Amino acid sequence: MEPRIRIRSITREKIEENFLASVFGKFFIEVASLASFTLRFFKEVLKPPYEFNELLKQSFLVGYKSFPLIAITGFIIGLVSTIQSRPTLANFGAVSLLPAMVAVSLIREIGPVITALIFAGKVGSGIGAELASMKVTEQIDAMQVSGTNPFKFLVVTRVLAATLMLPLLAVLADAVGLLGSLVGVNLKGHVSVSFYFSQVFQALRFGDLFPAIVKTFFFGFAIGLIGCYKGYYANTGTEGVGKAANSAVVFASLMVFIIDMIAVQITSLYQN
Amino acid sequence: MTEKAAPDNIEQAPVQNGTVVVKMVHLRKSFENNHVLRDINLVLNKGENLVILGKSGTGKSVLIKCIVGLVDCDYGSLSIFGEDISELSEKELMETRKKIGFLFQSGALYDSMSVRENLQFPLRRQLHSIPKDKMNSLIKEALENVGLAKAIDKTPLELSGGMRKRLGLARTLILKPEIMLYDEPTTGLDPITSKEISKLILEVQQTYNTSSIIITHDMECARLTADRVVVIKDGMCDAEGTFDELKNSTDAWIRSYFE
Ligand SMILES: Nc1ncnc2c1ncn2[C@@H]1O[C@H](COP(=O)(O)OP(=O)(O)OP(=O)(O)O)[C@@H](O)[C@H]1O
Ligand SMILES: [Mg+2]
Repeated sequence: MEPRIRIRSITREKIEENFLASVFGKFFIEVASLASFTLRFFKEVLKPPYEFNELLKQSFLVGYKSFPLIAITGFIIGLVSTIQSRPTLANFGAVSLLPAMVAVSLIREIGPVITALIFAGKVGSGIGAELASMKVTEQIDAMQVSGTNPFKFLVVTRVLAATLMLPLLAVLADAVGLLGSLVGVNLKGHVSVSFYFSQVFQALRFGDLFPAIVKTFFFGFAIGLIGCYKGYYANTGTEGVGKAANSAVVFASLMVFIIDMIAVQITSLYQN
Repeated sequence: MTEKAAPDNIEQAPVQNGTVVVKMVHLRKSFENNHVLRDINLVLNKGENLVILGKSGTGKSVLIKCIVGLVDCDYGSLSIFGEDISELSEKELMETRKKIGFLFQSGALYDSMSVRENLQFPLRRQLHSIPKDKMNSLIKEALENVGLAKAIDKTPLELSGGMRKRLGLARTLILKPEIMLYDEPTTGLDPITSKEISKLILEVQQTYNTSSIIITHDMECARLTADRVVVIKDGMCDAEGTFDELKNSTDAWIRSYFE
């Protein structure tokens, strides 16, 4: 009995050790390969020839695909956050501050982040699945063989499209969100459109808008890059496609929050 | 008669000025512990149809993927038009690839594009400023060659397996490359269409003096197209000869291919 127990405990120790080693190993391998993927992006994005047509097409697709969803969500968020904030402000007798408060939180934080999350769910997963299935069915190999650089044609264009379109979509979400908020304000009480917007624009400062827009470029970049990365290195097999799409969304959403946190730290440095 | 393709033989193979287009010497490739190609020595001569036979999973597809650089070999040398491809820069490799047509076993069609766009893609990529009517006539001709003229506005997902195969073939042939690598061009096709495809392969060879490697399990196709046949076994070139030579080989295992 004795030796057997010893053997068992040793193997268990081994397994645990290996488990930790494999988890950490995998993590670092993943980080390193994502980093080299990013480096490759920067190398190839500058090198001619440029795929302008494909970039335009992808930008259109990316923007067009997520436009309705983002508009609806923006509207609802604006509406709901107005309704939810009213009682609290009413307690302090400050209902008149409602438009200003909602506008500031919408434009600084909620608009960009919600847009990015939806974008990650819609576009990030779409890119992941598309590239993964192209990989699985050897379409990427076929491009390479026909003398096209697939990284340039597929990855660079999609990452750029995501980076350029997300800020536009975020501005759109902000605008629609303000409309939603206007409706919310008018559910109880009456505020005219011109009065509402004069209140909003009085409260908003350049310092609110600018960093919020800048960070959406980073959100878009991260989402596009992670979607492409997961798709480009997908495992073969149909299961690889689902996995790529899934992990693209999860990883990209997490990145959005991490970037947001960093961005808030940076902006708070010069805001007071 | 059948010869074992000995390495020394290959290296002494007559390299009549520029007649050898692809040359592999002691090529090896493993995937982890799976030693797929152990020692491949092979030449492809200008204007020749070389048929490769071998059991499923012996590495025939891997072999031709090495030629276009989709798979890097572990050891040995591989030269195309006399240039060692491991010494080519990314750009030169790209240029070399443009001279090679590759028919994927799976077709590898671009699913997000229509049949027409699938054929436009290689044309646009390689002949940058090609007039529209020239392009359309090339596309029409390519599709007619494989009997797909009616499917021009469909997407690959709407095509049957055999039609996809033929579209893959049309897409590869449209550029009239100097070297053609066919990975099972007739698999999944009925005997009549197979025969048409085999004839098309011959026609391409004769009209454009194309050098081709044809991987096939279809003996009829091999018989029709082959100038020379190589049988791969255990990651090595096991036998080499003309179709009739191998068919009447003294080796029962090789003969069994032709029964
Ligand atoms: N990318 C890869 N990664 C790991 N192993 C691979 C890869 N590609 C091929 N293999 C392995 O190499 C071996 C040969 O594969 P290959 O596709 O070349 O066979 P084949 O001779 O073309 O067979 P078939 O006639 O069925 O097409 C197989 O055992 C396969 O598992
Ligand atoms: Mg194969």
